[in-house]
Order: sequence, then structure tokens, then C-alpha cells
Amino acid sequence: MDVRLERQLREDETLLEKNILVTNIDKLLNWARGHSFWPVTFGLACCAIEMMATGGPRYDISRFGYEVFRASPRQADVMIVAGTCTRKMAPLLRRIYDQMPEPKWVIAMGSCANAGGPFVDSYSMMAGVDKIVPVDVYIPGCPPRPESLIYGLLQLQYKVSNPAKVRLMRHGK
Amino acid sequence: MQTLNNLFLIIAHFIRSLFADPQSVWANLTMDVINFIIVVVIIVLAALILILLERKVAGWTSMRTGPNRLGPRGWFQTIADALKLMGKEDVTPAGADKIIFKIAPMIIFSLPMMTLAVIPYGNHMAPIDLDLGIFYFLAVSAISTLAFLMAGWGSNNKYSLLGGMRAVAQMISYEIPLLFSLLGVIMITQSFNLGDIVKAQHTIPFIVLQPLAFVIYIIAGIAEVNRAPFDLVEADQEVVAGPFTEYTGLRWGLFFLGEYGNMTAVSALAATVFLGGWQGPFLPGWVWFWMKVGVIIFFMMWVRWTFPRIRVDHLMHLAWKVLLPLSILNIFLTGLGIFIYRLVMGG
Repeated sequence: MDVRLERQLREDETLLEKNILVTNIDKLLNWARGHSFWPVTFGLACCAIEMMATGGPRYDISRFGYEVFRASPRQADVMIVAGTCTRKMAPLLRRIYDQMPEPKWVIAMGSCANAGGPFVDSYSMMAGVDKIVPVDVYIPGCPPRPESLIYGLLQLQYKVSNPAKVRLMRHGK
Repeated sequence: MQTLNNLFLIIAHFIRSLFADPQSVWANLTMDVINFIIVVVIIVLAALILILLERKVAGWTSMRTGPNRLGPRGWFQTIADALKLMGKEDVTPAGADKIIFKIAPMIIFSLPMMTLAVIPYGNHMAPIDLDLGIFYFLAVSAISTLAFLMAGWGSNNKYSLLGGMRAVAQMISYEIPLLFSLLGVIMITQSFNLGDIVKAQHTIPFIVLQPLAFVIYIIAGIAEVNRAPFDLVEADQEVVAGPFTEYTGLRWGLFFLGEYGNMTAVSALAATVFLGGWQGPFLPGWVWFWMKVGVIIFFMMWVRWTFPRIRVDHLMHLAWKVLLPLSILNIFLTGLGIFIYRLVMGG
């Protein structure tokens, strides 16, 4: 390979990294994605009750535009794993995740979905859903209060809007 | 006042006057293209506004606030949703009938374009002034049944197929009371032309003469556009999302646009036939027309978020055992009324 071609390739690479053509569209799309998460209906246990309370009039998730719970994973963007995931449920959870179209995100809600919670020693327990699906936001609590879920969704919104950032430090600003 | 009333007619006249011969083929073609674009813009704008309005009405009904974070009072929410749907992955199931799967949403979206083209939005303001306008409207809107069945069949999914079958059963059943409820009005006006029907309501809107027909039309119309309490077609709890189960991204968005476009079309026909269309004092005709359409749409949303879904057999009973006999009774009473009127007035 001659020198000129090599230099050309290197320049192209830097241009690609900068993504000059689609950078603004990416920003626009990220803005849209971050403000319109449609969760797939996936309540597994008692955390689902808190998820429903989040949709209710007192906490009202619809203020942020996240209230459109879709029954079909094909139209959903984010899977809120709300509750205890057993080993028997794990393949189904993975299948629902696979059926969702890209781009998609997962929120692990509650101690069980995060790391097993109080049932961590049980033979049937899938201790942490991050063993089968990539989790974006972990919400602690047993179960987490609706405020926590809304906070988690807003953290996910921040993550989607700022794809370059690896770690998010936005607490208590 | 008169200028404002005829604003769009004046604009149309101005565009025509740009041509050497205002009645030439090219002038007609240009006007047709402009009318087409206007109808598409009406549908897209209606969908953008109505989706947000739907969420706001849902919030109002269940004592919530609805979207209020994005933009002024949440008005950018639908724009974010639409952009997000454009950016989603386009999934076509492996076993799907690809052609049917792909053209079904296009058919759904094209139907409100065809039906809204014959509605008179003001005096002499129908994009296409058909003599058989009301007949054409009902014939075209009946095609949507086919599109739902195509979506259900083409997806190769058992829930889609169930939803498609439900759509056929429900929409064909409710088509009949819908047609019969409009017959009374046609008997009085002796015309299928929507412009003539509006002009006949110069003194009194037909909702006063035909209250029963109006109630039947609204019920059958809600069932025809598959909205709650008749949303058995896409009942979440029973058949995941009905015929739309396998649709992603913008294809599903087209279904959504089509649903709201159809809702606008049904409301526009109700406003034209029963509420006097563009007739009204003080304000321009087109403002009156859209106000009447808005009231009916708001009523439909209110009903949707108030009543629970009804059972399949109750749905069929309502259509065949209640609405159909009542609409035939309405035709009979209208005929009797016309007969007595002629006897008295010596017609």
C-alpha cells in the first residue's frame, strides 16, 4: 500500500470518528428517544404494583411521556424488569428482549432484578437479570418507590441523550 | 367577514388566475395536486394534535396532568414520539407474507385521504365535489376492513390473525347500522351530495330532526374506527395488539396515523350530515366546521377513557339486535314524517 492511500484512509477514519454527516440527526434522534420511552408491559412480581402506581394519578409517569405501556414488544423501547425473575422465567424474558426492535434499553427494578434480593439463596432464583440481558439502569429498593422509578427513567433519559458519557454523575445537583 | 369566509376560495381563484386559461387541464391538475397536499397535511396535523389531545384527555379523565415536560405544556411530545418511531428498527417476521405485510399500513393510511377529499370544509370548499359523495365516503371507508385482515393475515402470528378476524366481524356488522342511520337524512334531502346536505340544514340541523339516527351513527362510528369501548380488535389483554402485533416503527406509526385520520373522517361526516357542517353565525364557515368536528372528536375521546371494553357477544348483540332494528325504525318514522308533511303542506 502506498503512502498516499494510507494517509487518505487515515483521514477518512478521523472523519468517520467525527461522524460529520449524521451527527446532528443523531442528536435529534437521541433527543426524541430520550423523551419517549414506551415500556413493554413486563411486571413480574410486587415491583409491578409500584410500576402501576407510577402510572397512576399521584405520581403520573405520563408527565414525561413514558406512560404508553405497549403490550407488544415490537413497539416498545424499554423493558422495565419489575420483580423477581426465576430461572423458569429467564428464557421468556430473554425472548421478549430479543423481540424488541433496536434501539432498546433495560431497567432492572428492585433488589430481585438487580442481584437476587431476599431470594438470592433460592435454587430457582435468577440472581440479577444482568446475567441474561444487558441492563442500563439499576433501581434499588424492595420494592422501589414510584419516585425511584421515575428517577431511574430520567437517569436513562440522561444516558440516552449523552451517549458519549460512560459514567453518569448527576446526583443531587 | 365575507373575505375571511371565502379566504380559501379567493386563494384558489388567485392560483387559477395565474394560468393563461383558468379552466384549462393544467390549472385543474395544479388545483388537484394542491387539494391532495392539503388533505394530507390535514391528516398529519390532525394526528399530531389528536394524539397529544388524547393523552391530555386521558389525564383529565383519570385526574392526572398528562404530558407536560416537553415543550410548552407538553406540546412537543408527539413530535418526539414520531421522530423516535422513525428511528426504530424495521422488523419483518421471518414467516410473514412480505408483500401483504408491507402494503397493509399503506392502505390504512390512504383511506382517510380518499374519504376526507369529499368533505365540504366550507361553502364550495370540497376538494372534490361528488354527486354521490356520501355513497363514495361509505364505500371507501368500508375497505379498511380489508386492510386490517391483510395486516392480521400477513403477520403470520396467531394473535394478529385473531385480531384481524375480530376486525372483520366487528366492522362489517357495524357498517350496516351506520349506512341505515344516514338513509333518513338522504330521504329528507333527496341528495347524496354532501354540499347539498349541508345547504339543506340552513334553517335547522338534522340532529334535531334525526336524533335517533345521530345516536346510532355515533355509536356505529366509534365501533367503525375501533376505539374503546369497541376496541376488541387491539385489546391488549386478550390479543396482544391485534393485527398490529408484529408491526414496528414507522409501519406501526402509519396504522396510528390512519386510525386518527379515520376518526377525523368519521367525525367530519357526522358534523357535515347532522350538525350543519360549515353553517353557523358570526364566525367563518371553516372555523365552524372544525369546531363541530372538534366537539365530536372530544366526545369520542371522552367515551374512550370512560367506558370499559364490552364483550364480543355483547358487541354483536348490540349491532344486530339493537342498532339495526332501531335504524330501520328510524327510516320508517322518517318516511311517515315526510308523508304527513306532504299531506299537510299539500306537496
